[in-house]
Amino acid sequence: MTKKPNLVFISPFLSFLKRKQEKRDIHIQDRLFYFFLKGLSWSLIFLFFYMLIVIFQMSWPAFSHFGMKFFVNAEWNSWTKNFGALSLIYGTAVTSFLALLLAVPVSVGVALFLNELSPAWLARPIGFIVEMLAAVPSIVYGLWGLFVLAPILRDYIQSFLSKYLSFLPVFQGNYYGVGMMCGGVILAIMIIPTVSSICREVFRTIPESNREAVLGLGTTRWEMLKIAVLKGSSTGIIGAVIMGLGRALGETMAVTMVIGNAISIKASLFEPAQTMASILANQYAEADNELHLASLTAVGFSLFCLSLIINILALLLVWRMEKKFYPKGNSKKNNVLSLRKVKV
Amino acid sequence: MSVKRELSLGSGPVIYSYSFKDRWRKWYNYFMLGCLFLLSVIAAVPFLFIVYYVLAKGISAVNWDFFTQLPKPPGEEGGGMSNALIGSLVVVGMASLVGIPWGMGMGVYLSEYKSTRTARILRFVIDLLISAPSIVVGIFIYGFIVVRYGFSSYAGSAALLLIMLPVVAKGTEEILKMVPNHIREAGLALGIPRWKVIVRIIIPSVLSMCVTVIMLAIARIAGETAPLLFTALGNQYHIRNLNEPIATLPVQIYELSKSGFEQMEQQAWAGAMVLVLFVFFINFFTRTFLFFYKKDKMKPFQKRK
Repeated sequence: MTKKPNLVFISPFLSFLKRKQEKRDIHIQDRLFYFFLKGLSWSLIFLFFYMLIVIFQMSWPAFSHFGMKFFVNAEWNSWTKNFGALSLIYGTAVTSFLALLLAVPVSVGVALFLNELSPAWLARPIGFIVEMLAAVPSIVYGLWGLFVLAPILRDYIQSFLSKYLSFLPVFQGNYYGVGMMCGGVILAIMIIPTVSSICREVFRTIPESNREAVLGLGTTRWEMLKIAVLKGSSTGIIGAVIMGLGRALGETMAVTMVIGNAISIKASLFEPAQTMASILANQYAEADNELHLASLTAVGFSLFCLSLIINILALLLVWRMEKKFYPKGNSKKNNVLSLRKVKV
Repeated sequence: MSVKRELSLGSGPVIYSYSFKDRWRKWYNYFMLGCLFLLSVIAAVPFLFIVYYVLAKGISAVNWDFFTQLPKPPGEEGGGMSNALIGSLVVVGMASLVGIPWGMGMGVYLSEYKSTRTARILRFVIDLLISAPSIVVGIFIYGFIVVRYGFSSYAGSAALLLIMLPVVAKGTEEILKMVPNHIREAGLALGIPRWKVIVRIIIPSVLSMCVTVIMLAIARIAGETAPLLFTALGNQYHIRNLNEPIATLPVQIYELSKSGFEQMEQQAWAGAMVLVLFVFFINFFTRTFLFFYKKDKMKPFQKRK
C-alpha cells in the first residue's frame, strides 16, 4: 500500500495554482491581445504623468527664481525679467466668474426645460443647437467675438452700463468693446453646452417616482421642479458648474482674441486684461529669454494643476450624485458574465 | 374672492380654499416655466447668430482662388489659403493615422476589460485629459519635441494626437458598451478566442458607430488652435518637408484676424466658414446617422423583457 504524500502544508498554494489555471484563457493569442491593449493603455497613462513632469521641469527655473512670490507679483516685464502671475490669475478669475454668473442660470434653465417640460418636437432642435455650441471651434468664437460681439457690446450694452450704472466700480472708465466683459460673455456662451449637458445627465438620475411623489402632494409644476429635481440634484449641479469652470479656465483662443491683452489689474470690466491661457497663446512662441519661457511654462503648469484639481472635484461630486440614487444595485453591473471572473 | 369648498371627513367640515396664495402659486408657476422657456431660447440665439455671421461674411470671400492660391502679402488683393488647407489636412491626417488605432485599442480595453485596475486608472486619466486645457498639451509637446527637433508638422500632429486619444477612447468605450453581453457570450461559447470575438464580432457589429465617433474626434481636432500655435507654428508657403513649420487653417485664421487689414479679415472669415461647415457637416451627418441607426439596427440587440 503506497502512502499518499501529505499535502496539507502546501495545499493553499496548490489551490492558488489551480485557481490561476482556471482563470487563464485557453488561447495564447488572447493573452497577447490583452497585453497589447494594456500596453496602449499604460502608454497613455505614462504620457499623462510624463506631461506633468516635463511641464514642471520646464517651469522649475521660474519657481526656483521667484519662489511663491510668483503668484503674488502683479508685474510681467520681460525687460526687467520680473515675472509674476497675479494679474493673469486676476484676469482668469474675473472672466471665469463672469462666465459662470451668466451661463449657470441659462444652462440649468435649458436643462430643466429640455428634460422636464418641453415636448419632443421642441426639445430636439433646441437640444441640438445647444449641443452644437460645443462643436464650434474656439477660433470661430474668437473671430465672432472680436468682429461682431465686441462692437455690439460697446455700442449697446457697455454704453448703457457706463451711463446708468457707472457708480459701480465694475462699470467705470472707457469702454472699447474688447475687454474682460467681452471675454466673460464669450466664455459664458462656450460653457453653456458643457454645464447644460451635465445638468441634463444629473436630472436624469433622479427617479421618476420622486417627481410623481412631489406632484402628488399638490404642488405646481415649478414647485415640483424646485423640490424634486433641483434640490435633489444640487450636488450634481455644483459638479456641473465646477466642470464648466474648468472649461472656462482653460479656454484659450476665444479669450485671447477678445480680452485685449494688457497686463493690468483693474476693477472695471471694460478694461482689457490677460488671462493665464491667453498670455501663453500670445507670448509662448516668441519668448525673449530663458526666464520668460520658464515663467510662461510656470503659468501653464499652474493652469494645468488648477484644471486637474477642479476636474477631480467635479468628477467626485458627479459620482457621488450617481451613487446617491443607485447605491449598490446598479442594474448595469449585474451582468450574467461578469468579466472580472474571466479575465486573463 | 376665494372659492370655498366643504369637505366633510368624518369629524366636521374642513374648509378648503383657493386663496390668494394659491392663485399666486399658479401664476408664479406660469411665470417660472416661461422663464425656463426664455432661457433656453437665449441659449439657442448665440449659435444662430454665429452661424449667420460666419456664413454671411465668409461667403463673399470664398472663391476658387481661396482654395488654390497662397496668401498674398497685406495690401494686395486676392490670395487664398491653400497652404493652410493642405497643412491642416496633413497634420490632422497624421494625428488620426496614429490616434485612431491607439484610441480604439484603449476604448476596447476599457469596455472589454472594464473592471481591471488599469482600466480604472485609464478612465480617470482620460477624464482628466479630456477636460485639460488644450494649450497645456501644446506646452508639453513644445518641451518634449520642439525643444529637440524644432517646429515641425510632426510636433503639431503629436499635439493633436494627445487631444484626440482620450476622445476616441471614450467614444469607442461608450459604443462598445452598447453591445449586449450575450453576443460576447455566444461567441465565447463557440470556443472562439476572445480577441477574435472582439475584433471579428463585436467591433464589426458597431463599426459604423465607431466611425461616427472617430469623425467627431477628427472634427474636434480640426478646429484646435491653441496647441498648434507653438508646435506647428505656421508657414506662408506650401508644404515641402514634414520637418518644417506648417500652416494650419485655425492658426492661419488667428494670424489673419490679428493683422488689421480688411482684406485679410475677409480671408479669416472665409477660413472660419470652411472650418465651421466642415465641423457642422460631420456633426450633422453623424447625429442623423446615429439617430436612425439606434432606431433600426440596434433593435435585435435590445434585451428581451
